[in-house]
Order: sequence, then structure tokens, then C-alpha cells
Amino acid sequence: MSKLTNQLTLPQTKGSRRNAPLRKMARHWQLYLVILLPLAYLIIFKYIPMAGIVIAFKDYNVVKGIFGSEWVGFKYFNQFFESPSFWVYMKNTLGISLYGLLIGFPAPIILALALNEIRNGLFKKSVQLVSYAPYFISTVVMVSILIVNLTPNVGIISKLFHMLGVENTNFMGMPSLFKSIYVWSDVWQHTGYGAIIYIAALAGVNPELYEAAKVDGASRIQKILNVDIPSLIPVSVILLILNTGNLMKLGFEKIYLMQNPLNLATSEVISTYVYKVGLLGSSFSFSAAIGVFNSVINLILLILVNYIARRLSSNSLW
Amino acid sequence: MAKPLAIRESSGDRIFMSLVYVFLTLVLLVVLLPLLYILSSSFSSPQAVVSGKVWLWPVNFTFDGYKAVFNNPQIGVGFMNSIFYTVVGTIINVALTVMLAYPLSRRTFYGRNVIMILLVITMMFEGGLIPYYLVVKNLELLDTRWAMILPGALAVFQVIIARTFFQTTIPNELAEAADLDGCNDLRFIFSIVLPLSKPILAVMMLMYAVGHWNAYFDALIFLRSADLFPLQIVLRNVLILNTVDASMIANADQMIAQQGLKDLLKYSLIVVASGPVLIIYPFVQKYFVQGVMIGSLKG
Repeated sequence: MSKLTNQLTLPQTKGSRRNAPLRKMARHWQLYLVILLPLAYLIIFKYIPMAGIVIAFKDYNVVKGIFGSEWVGFKYFNQFFESPSFWVYMKNTLGISLYGLLIGFPAPIILALALNEIRNGLFKKSVQLVSYAPYFISTVVMVSILIVNLTPNVGIISKLFHMLGVENTNFMGMPSLFKSIYVWSDVWQHTGYGAIIYIAALAGVNPELYEAAKVDGASRIQKILNVDIPSLIPVSVILLILNTGNLMKLGFEKIYLMQNPLNLATSEVISTYVYKVGLLGSSFSFSAAIGVFNSVINLILLILVNYIARRLSSNSLW
Repeated sequence: MAKPLAIRESSGDRIFMSLVYVFLTLVLLVVLLPLLYILSSSFSSPQAVVSGKVWLWPVNFTFDGYKAVFNNPQIGVGFMNSIFYTVVGTIINVALTVMLAYPLSRRTFYGRNVIMILLVITMMFEGGLIPYYLVVKNLELLDTRWAMILPGALAVFQVIIARTFFQTTIPNELAEAADLDGCNDLRFIFSIVLPLSKPILAVMMLMYAVGHWNAYFDALIFLRSADLFPLQIVLRNVLILNTVDASMIANADQMIAQQGLKDLLKYSLIVVASGPVLIIYPFVQKYFVQGVMIGSLKG
């Protein structure tokens, strides 16, 4: 529609449409000049690496280079699938991701609903200010905060747990606790910031709906269930799709920093394994194969979830 | 909100509201406690910290931890490097983002759909770590300052946000009118588009700058020389890997005192490292919130 009107208002030159694209391009040659540099960036740092995944199907050798190395087909993929650690890493990756999604996805919605209930004032402002803040802490500092706070007998969290009767242990070294520490510290860091978008969505709800609910004698809980939550569904479906598309992309940074020799059984995930095998161990092809596998699974997940969402709720990315 | 209708709250509602307040107070406490604990530990004596006496108020107040941080040459170098990467990196980021987003926002820009598709593809599929590393290696950027700036010179997500902003705030008619008056595209960008886009430029700058300040992954895989390390890598070495060399601790002759100071140093370092961002943040909070909103318009 908008394209149509645009065509009409454009000062069309002499009717002929033969060289329309070329003429348009010539008219805006400066824009093409401007866009060259960022396009070069995209090609060099995004598309060449995409083409570089061929090394996953080759026996990459530094001397021979990417093109000189021999094709080996799916050798490295099979090597990965057949190794006993494959299932361990898959289990750890998906386990942490799904646990994170289960807790981390509703958390900002609950915070936003609670904040939406109270009127604007100092208390509301301080809760917002304080809860957004951890978002700006770097991963390195975040993990340090965890380590320091969980130090047995020293850190405040371990002392609080001790008061509740939990035995003082090396929390960071317990394989069984790794997932929980990862997920709940993520909730601590990202819930406030994640709530912003939902708070905005709630602010956009038509006030007449609240009036009507009040006239009908709805309690606050009924109002939340029947007005607030339905109005958050479009945003949350989109965010859920995006999150699901990242299930396998589980953040390397934080997990790598949280790893220690004691918790490796549950903390080794695909992205940290790719880094260790590929860059520290220099098995470029093997590790690239794992990376490709990871990207493909992610893409499939994204398409699948988007498809389901479009079927069920008519909200989807495309 | 709906003041005119003065219907009294039922007792159920009052109970519910008190639960909401309790919940939000808990949120406030849970976020604050770990941070306050670190802040007060950083001002306490090493002995008090190690023996677990510190809760939410400094015990045996000292500045020893901070002295150790500021006497450490590595941390100073890291700090300066981080400032360099943040300033130069952010300037390049913002320039490239505008250079890509603006043409894409113009309806008369032939080929914009193709480029948009190219952009979206990069968000859904990527080459992965190894090919990315090999590209940087083949460009001979490994272990140079450029490795910290060029590979992340552009964030596709920011481009899409900026493009949406340009599309909604700069009317096409304005560009056409300028065009008819003989104003070329470059001049239009500098004298109309940029001045009208100050809010989005501020948000973008903040987002990119925080990203650079907090980043450590690229440094981890691309840098080898200690004199190029950004602060985050130094932090990782000190805070997580526990590699504090003896030279880092000034005026400590006894082993035990040294060990205590080593622990204390961590607390002070956490405060020094996140302090700048957390102090600036309340003043720019509204811009970040704005950024999230503009980003969500797209969704």
C-alpha cells in the first residue's frame, strides 16, 4: 500500500520504465557509497565464516589451507555422534537451556505484573532501578560475585543457607548444583531488564478494559488473569520463539567461567567443548563440525517453534 | 489510574496487595544483598572477611583492598585498554550502524529488500566459532588491537532498531522535498537525519559501549599479549583463575597477610570494575528503557 503511493508521488522522469532501477540507483549513488563499508563488514565477518563451514566436511590442514584440504564428508560429524561424550554434552546443553527457559521466561512476566499493580512512587521507582542494575554487570564480574558470595563460611549466601540448615559445602564444585546456580543467577541478573518490555506492554493496555473490569466487580486477581495476562500474550510468544531459537546457543561466556575441574561432569556443554577442542586443541575440522551441527539444530528449532506459534496463536516472527 | 470510580477495595484485594508489596520487597532485597555484601567486604580488614564476620556493614574499616587494586600495574593497563576499546569501538559501531541502517530505511533505495534478507539470515544462521576465528587469523588480526574492534564492528540487531527508528521518525516526504531542492543524500544525512536521531544515537552508543566494556570473549580467543588485555581478562585472571602474582601485592611481607589481602583484593576489584557502569547507569536508565521499547516496536 505504502509502496504504491510512493511510486505515484515520485517525480517519474519521462514515463519510460526500462532503466528504472538503474536510474534510481544513479540518483542515490551516495547512499550506495555509504552502504559499501558496512556491506564489506557483513561479507567479511558474517558470510565468509558461513562459507568457512566447509572445513567441517574437510580434513583441514593449516599448511594446505581451506581449499587445498581433502574432503572427508561427514567423518567428523560421525566421530562426534559416536563419541560417548556426545550424549553427555547434549544432555547438559539442553538440560541447562530448558531449565533456564522454564524459570527465566516467566520470571520477568511475574515481576512486570507485580510492578504494574502498585502505583507510581518512590518504592516502585527503586524496585525498578535496583532490579535493572545487575544487567549491566559483566559476565566476568557476575561469576566472581557468585564465587565470592558462595564461598563456604565467608560469602553471605552460603551463610544464609547455613542458617537455614543447609550444610556448608563448596557450592561451585558440586556437579548437582551447577544447573541451579547457573539458572538462578541468570534470573537474578536478567529478570529486571527483561521485565521492561512487559511493563511497556501493560502500560499500553486500553484503560477502558480496567474500567469495565472494575464495574463488573472483578477482583485484582481476576483483573490480572483476564486483562493483563491476555494483553501480554503477543509479546511473550515472540520472546518465547526467540528464546527457543537460542536453546542450543547456550551462552559460552558464563558457563566457561563457572567451570572448574570438580563440576565438569554437568557443566561441559557444546559451546565450551567446541572452544576447548577447536581452539585450545587445534582440531579445527572436528570442532567446526560440532558448530555446524549446533547451528542447524538451532535453526530447525526456531522454524519449528515459529510454525507452532503461528498455528496456535497467530503471533509469529514471520 | 481509574480514580473516578471510587469502589472500595475488598479484603481479598487488600491481602493480595500486601502480598505484592512483600514480593517486591523480597526482590529488592535479593538483588541488593549480594552487592551490599561485596561492597562492605571490600572496606573490611582481610581477617574479618576470611573469618566470615562481614555481613552488610564493613568490619574493621580499611582501604587496603583498594590500595592493592590501584597499586597493581596489570589492572591499570587493563583499565586503559578497556577505555581505548570502548571509545574507538563505539565510534566505529555507531558510524557503521547508521551507514547501513539509513539507506535501508529509504523506500527509494533500490535493493533494500535483498540487503534486509542478507541481514536477517545472519541473525538466524552463523558460521560458528572456528570459521570466525580463521577469518580473523587469515586477516592477520590475531593479537592486535584491531581484533578487538573490527570483528564486532556492527551488531545486526542494532541496525534493525535504527532502521525502524529512521523509518518512523524521518518522513519520506522530507527526504523527497530535500531531494527536489537539490540537497544530496550525504548532506541530508548530516544536516537532517543525524540531528533528528539524537535519542536513538544515544541509546545505540550506550548499548555498544556497555557491550565493549563488558566483553571478554573476543579478547580470550584473539589476544595473547598481556599488554593488550582489556580489564575483563585481567579480572578473570585475578578473580576466577586466582592467578595473583606476588608483585601485585604491595608491602606485604608475611604469607598469611598476603593470602588475606589476595582475597580482599577480589572484593575491591569487583567494586572498581563494575562501579563505573553502575554509577552512570541510573542517569542513563531512561535511554536504556527507550532502547528496549524501540527494539520491541519491531517485534
